[in-house]
Amino acid sequence: MSNTQGRATRDAYGEAILELGKDDSRIYVIDCDIGRSCKTVEFARQLPQQHINVGIAEQNACGVAAGLATCGKIPFVTTYAVFGSMRMLEQIRQEVCYPHLNVKIACSHGGLTPANDGASHQGIEDMGLLRTLANMTVVAPADFASTKALVKAAAAYDGPVYLRFTRDAVPFIYDDQDEFEIGKAVLHSEGTDLTIISTGAVLDLCRRAAALLEERSISVRLVDMHTIKPIDRAAVLSAIATTKGIITVEDHTIINGLGSAVAEIVSEIGTVRMRRIGVQDQFGESAPYERLLEKNGITVDGIVKAAQELLG
Amino acid sequence: MRQELVHDTLIDSLRTSTKELRKTLLTMIHAAQSGHPGGSLSASEIVATLYFHELRIKPEDPRWPDRDRFVLSKGHVCPVLYSALALRGYFPYETIYTLRQEGSMLQGHPDMKRCPGIDISTGSLGQGLSTAVGMAIAGKRDGKEYRVFCLVGDGETQEGQIWEALQTASKYKLDNLVVIIDNNNIQNDDTCSVVMPLGDLEAKLNAFGLWTHVIDGHDLVQITSVFDRIRNNDSGLPVAIVAKTVKGKGVSFMEDITAWHGQAPNDEEFARAMAEIEGESR
Ligand SMILES: Cc1ncc(C[n+]2csc(CCOP(=O)(O)OP(=O)(O)O)c2C)c(N)n1
Ligand SMILES: [Mg+2]
Repeated sequence: MSNTQGRATRDAYGEAILELGKDDSRIYVIDCDIGRSCKTVEFARQLPQQHINVGIAEQNACGVAAGLATCGKIPFVTTYAVFGSMRMLEQIRQEVCYPHLNVKIACSHGGLTPANDGASHQGIEDMGLLRTLANMTVVAPADFASTKALVKAAAAYDGPVYLRFTRDAVPFIYDDQDEFEIGKAVLHSEGTDLTIISTGAVLDLCRRAAALLEERSISVRLVDMHTIKPIDRAAVLSAIATTKGIITVEDHTIINGLGSAVAEIVSEIGTVRMRRIGVQDQFGESAPYERLLEKNGITVDGIVKAAQELLG
Repeated sequence: MRQELVHDTLIDSLRTSTKELRKTLLTMIHAAQSGHPGGSLSASEIVATLYFHELRIKPEDPRWPDRDRFVLSKGHVCPVLYSALALRGYFPYETIYTLRQEGSMLQGHPDMKRCPGIDISTGSLGQGLSTAVGMAIAGKRDGKEYRVFCLVGDGETQEGQIWEALQTASKYKLDNLVVIIDNNNIQNDDTCSVVMPLGDLEAKLNAFGLWTHVIDGHDLVQITSVFDRIRNNDSGLPVAIVAKTVKGKGVSFMEDITAWHGQAPNDEEFARAMAEIEGESR
């Protein structure tokens, strides 16, 4: 995956936030001493009046952002997924979600992508945790272009948003002309046998798996569910209505992420079988990204196998 | 001579307002049969001075962008704040009887979406000060004149986030921020000295780069004087006021008793408390 042509989505965040900040002085970045890794250095250099670095103090960063939001600013708290979802989780709940303030939590290093950093830095529970908070929107874009578009959509939306980016390069899938709407899934193909629903950068794996399945005459409906909350219910309902099975794929624990969100809807309708592909309720370790994915079955093969099982 | 007279009149009127606050907050806690009287009573002089003298606010326009902000970081003592808001006309006085009731704007802890005059929702200790820092940074960057006052519990300073916020206030030279610590030396379980000693708060605040003042938090002369002193803050530093207070102040049987941190008076206790406050020598 990483040897395919592409760029890390954290780079897309860096570009998008700079463009946004130049256009609108209400856009603020709150850094926690990892601006270099989260790609906000240019923002800090060019827009110092809209930049705050609170140091290694994530809980405070969240509160400062909430205070700024009450004064009409649009702050993006910028950190890694682990810290943005866990160190400041209760601050997000109390000071951002409960009062529905216009704060964005923008996190690099989502999923297993900080592969060599090991388990401490791999944010594999983030989306599930944020998804349980009322008033929160949770977005994991698949590639560079969709990240830029969705960061801008998040800025335009008045309310709390959690955004998740990758540390490492991921293949280009979309182009600058493609349009994205928070809460609206992107339908890549209209299959009739099987639906694959993806969130985040694993979309590339899903596309490759879908191509293989099509070769084996399995017609695949492929959906990019970049927003897992609010989930595009209509997209899931169409999958239930038009195909015989659903596979969800995410670089996130299978507990409470995309798979769970889809299963919640499926269990209410109850007519389609499912497989959840994701991190198998275990911590990562320092290893090449592909190895970590392999250990959890988040691979083209894994998807193909699940498809065959599912369709019997 | 004349100035002293004006000052005496101010102190007299603040004394009356403080009394009204204490009666109102006890009334609402009694009506709800739930709430936190101890830390509300210890903060009464401070909140009265803020809401009846110091804050630049417009009760008829609670979201006035240029208003001074007040962040009640120790959100559990909202009865004292709700009382000030009721008496300043942010909402009808009778609303106080809905404290902690379903559908009320007076939630168990302050809710900015429901209650006019609340600048930020609080309740989880340690977090409010960070939001005050955010408001103060916004004020500075926007070239606004407003100030941000934040009331913090002394037990609350055990939260690490308080010190994260203070170092940020210091870094960004937030001379428009006033942090007031209600130093009543009691928290939920016991005295602060027993639960987790606070050490020398004044020295700690000074070390964090705040312009620190220590006052008697029940002495209206000292409170108004320190506010006079910091009003045109040219120190370039954020201000800290350590207010030495007595938890439960004004009701003899509540004073310095940990149990009254979060317990409502029964009918008999309520009557005694109201009589004491009413009869307090002027
Ligand atoms: C994070 C958090 N932990 C615990 C509590 C429960 N709690 C409510 S009030 C309180 C004691 C507060 O003591 P202090 O800050 O000294 O306030 P005061 O004495 O003015 O009432 C505690 C532990 C809380 N609200 N938030
Ligand atoms: Mg106390």
